Amino acid sequence: MYDVAVIGAGVVGAMTARELAKYHLRICILERENDVSMGASRANSGIVHAGFDAKPGSLKAKLNVQGAAMMEQVARELGVSYKNNGSLVIGYGDEDKQTLHELLKRGQANGVPKLTLLEGEELRRREPNLSSEVTCALYAPTAGIICPYTLTLAAVGNAMDNGAELKTNFEVHKIISHDGYYEIVSGTETVLAKVVINAAGAYADTVAAMAGEPFFTVKPRRGEYILLDKECGNTVSHTIFKTPTKMGKGILVSPTVDGNLLLGPTSVDMEDKENTQTTKDGLKKVLAEAENMVSGINVRQSIRSFCGLRAVGSTGDFIITSKRRGLIHAGGIESPGLSASPAIAAYIVGLLKEQGYELTVNPQFNPNRPAMHRFKEASRTEKNRMIRENPSYGKIVCRCESVTEGEILEAIRMNPKPGDLDGVKRRTRAQMGRCQGGFCTPYIMKLLAKELQLPYEQIAKSGGESWLLSGTTKEGN
Amino acid sequence: MTDLVIIGGGPAGMSAALAAYDRGVRDILILERDDSLGGILKQCIHNGFGLHTFHEELTGPEYAWKYEKQIHEKQIAYKLNTMVLDITPDKVITATNETEGIFTIQAKAIILAMGCRERPRGALHIPGTRPSGIYSAGTAQRFVNLEGYMPGKDVVILGSGDIGLIMARRMTLEGAKVHAVCELMPYSGGLARNIEQCLNDFDIPLKLSHTVVEIHGKKRLEGVTIAEVDPKGEPIETTKEYIPCDTLLLSVGLIPENELTKQAGIQIDPVTGGARVNQDRQTSVPGIFACGNVLHVHDLVDFVSKEAEIAGIAAAAYLNGVPETKTEISIKTDGKIRYTVPEVITEKKDITVYFRVSGVYRNATVCVTSGKNVLLTKKKQKVSPGEMESVIIKKEMLEQIDELMFQLEVQS
Repeated sequence: MYDVAVIGAGVVGAMTARELAKYHLRICILERENDVSMGASRANSGIVHAGFDAKPGSLKAKLNVQGAAMMEQVARELGVSYKNNGSLVIGYGDEDKQTLHELLKRGQANGVPKLTLLEGEELRRREPNLSSEVTCALYAPTAGIICPYTLTLAAVGNAMDNGAELKTNFEVHKIISHDGYYEIVSGTETVLAKVVINAAGAYADTVAAMAGEPFFTVKPRRGEYILLDKECGNTVSHTIFKTPTKMGKGILVSPTVDGNLLLGPTSVDMEDKENTQTTKDGLKKVLAEAENMVSGINVRQSIRSFCGLRAVGSTGDFIITSKRRGLIHAGGIESPGLSASPAIAAYIVGLLKEQGYELTVNPQFNPNRPAMHRFKEASRTEKNRMIRENPSYGKIVCRCESVTEGEILEAIRMNPKPGDLDGVKRRTRAQMGRCQGGFCTPYIMKLLAKELQLPYEQIAKSGGESWLLSGTTKEGN
Repeated sequence: MTDLVIIGGGPAGMSAALAAYDRGVRDILILERDDSLGGILKQCIHNGFGLHTFHEELTGPEYAWKYEKQIHEKQIAYKLNTMVLDITPDKVITATNETEGIFTIQAKAIILAMGCRERPRGALHIPGTRPSGIYSAGTAQRFVNLEGYMPGKDVVILGSGDIGLIMARRMTLEGAKVHAVCELMPYSGGLARNIEQCLNDFDIPLKLSHTVVEIHGKKRLEGVTIAEVDPKGEPIETTKEYIPCDTLLLSVGLIPENELTKQAGIQIDPVTGGARVNQDRQTSVPGIFACGNVLHVHDLVDFVSKEAEIAGIAAAAYLNGVPETKTEISIKTDGKIRYTVPEVITEKKDITVYFRVSGVYRNATVCVTSGKNVLLTKKKQKVSPGEMESVIIKKEMLEQIDELMFQLEVQS
């Protein structure tokens, strides 16, 4: 019997599991996919919003501002890159300026520090590549950028290092409520837990319904993105948003914390929770809007396009609530869910305490995840020390992102362990550069096969049926 | 301090090293990131290499061995599994490997010979899902020829670059079904002989003016939708066709790998993606030369070797302190000729100028002028983007001019 089962290993589930690991609790994280961070937490903008968007008084507003303030420390503890680059909401003319004023006031009501309106010279100085039609901007110096799946991976890893268990390929089919505990049933396995945290992202409504509480729904909202080469990473230094209209926030242009330039997302409501296809029109729209905001965007430098789904809840606000002791839902965690995630975790633990669960602090809890070696970012002295201690840190496997064999082996051995190529990619950035794995894929497959003791041809791209090789050639290998 | 450091031990790097050696340079070091010399030739097990250089048909590994053998015989030094991380304009090279860690070398001269990489799917914005089963043609070639594994059984190839054509044949010989090769342009970017020997001989349809408009399949590729495109390159809705397949190979262009070149502050030509060089393949930084596919993408390895010889000889001359000349004749092109190599001439001597054209033209005349003077004309029955062309500019043509114009005149 577990004390807590967290359903869903997205950023909310991950942060919550880590927060719970600070107490003497037996924790289990249940994930439908074969790896963590496979839903909305895998494909989003990676922005830590300052918190001026949400309606004052909403959970979104409160937890966004709190979470953003916590993010830098959380990232440091987990060894995740975070950059406080600030954001600009840009406007074109007087009407937008009026809207930005309202946003400023709303932000101040939400408790967002240091918001200011910029115009003219000052704005250009701060961000020289804004398109010439831009006249004004709301500057939020507290906004930042972070890699959402790196954060999620690290939070799960840290929770596991502190004793939490992770069960992947565990798709919840049934939840049976018993006196004082819950029975969570997948196709092949049953888990018993005194407390269930529903952090199932786009399927949080389905999981809630399984537990007999169908009081909210979650609809997916598609968002398509284009990622540009690191050569374009300095096109802008801030995260650039458009002034929001009735049609929504529009797309953003932002450097990523890893140094690429990200354009997107589109925003299309839909029913299918699995449809992450990119579309011709969507990608066209992203480019057209981005070019309207920032000059000097070089589409020829695109290295990847992708699509993510946001989990839009039926209330307009985050749905973090409990109607029954021991069953807590965290549904509708759309933007600013990533920014709010550390605060959401603390809020959920607060709800448990309110329900009378006695949580004893675990003095052994280590908030720090052993920082992964990062050859590329290391100083020359550090690089030489790394290579002396373990020569495989001197062997570069992914030439585009300068990822060494040592880092890949480290990622394969570290919690939570990857089982396929994409898992290695998200943990190390190998295959994520400008050649997109053209050179290093066969080599990484060899490392995976050796470490996981699997035949080479059984290494998959992303679990399940995503096989890479159909067999040997006529002469064989 | 090392006299000559060569970055890359593929065909360009090896040929440059040998040429420099033959001109008396002894302190040479080749830095190679892979675990053996030979570069991409190691996986090019088909024949057709060496017709110009050796007047015989060799496979890629055989061609590479002709050079590698000489590297061993002449005891030219090289380091394998060694990745260069940085080059400064002062020719300080920082590299890493497992045994030495991070180390630096001060070179007197450098030859850049890093080759090129394949353009990935992400550069194309093909809509749809992102399943497994989509490979660049070169990656698939590595799986089949070096690892002994098949990337799939039902194949569509996008792009008719030479690697794609070669892989169409290779996959067919290994028992896969290649359903089609789609080419966005109304002509192929590959060599005419490859279209004949790799597609026509195996009844593989080449669909010109066609592209992949959607990718299907959640985990593994399940099919692609292809369509004909109009003259603007826009897909024509009514021509859409779904082809079930488990593999999509991309042969949609090669990109010279010039990240190090840019770090060294060397001027890049936006058309080739490689350094801007003079007739000696010297870049904008004196003493740094470039040759092979890192400079511009070649059609035949024979021309890579030849170009590398020029760079190797010039690097030897540079090390011997041949005085600099004051000449600077720039070469301009019209739209039909995309680029020339070299694009600037700094010494008056006989020079072979290589170039590529931007479309397929019949009965064309290459016309080299300076001001109003026509210096040279050369008739061609047919020119196409897949094949590299060249003309020889004689020393006497270069007297008293400061610019050359390369044009292609086409009879309508």
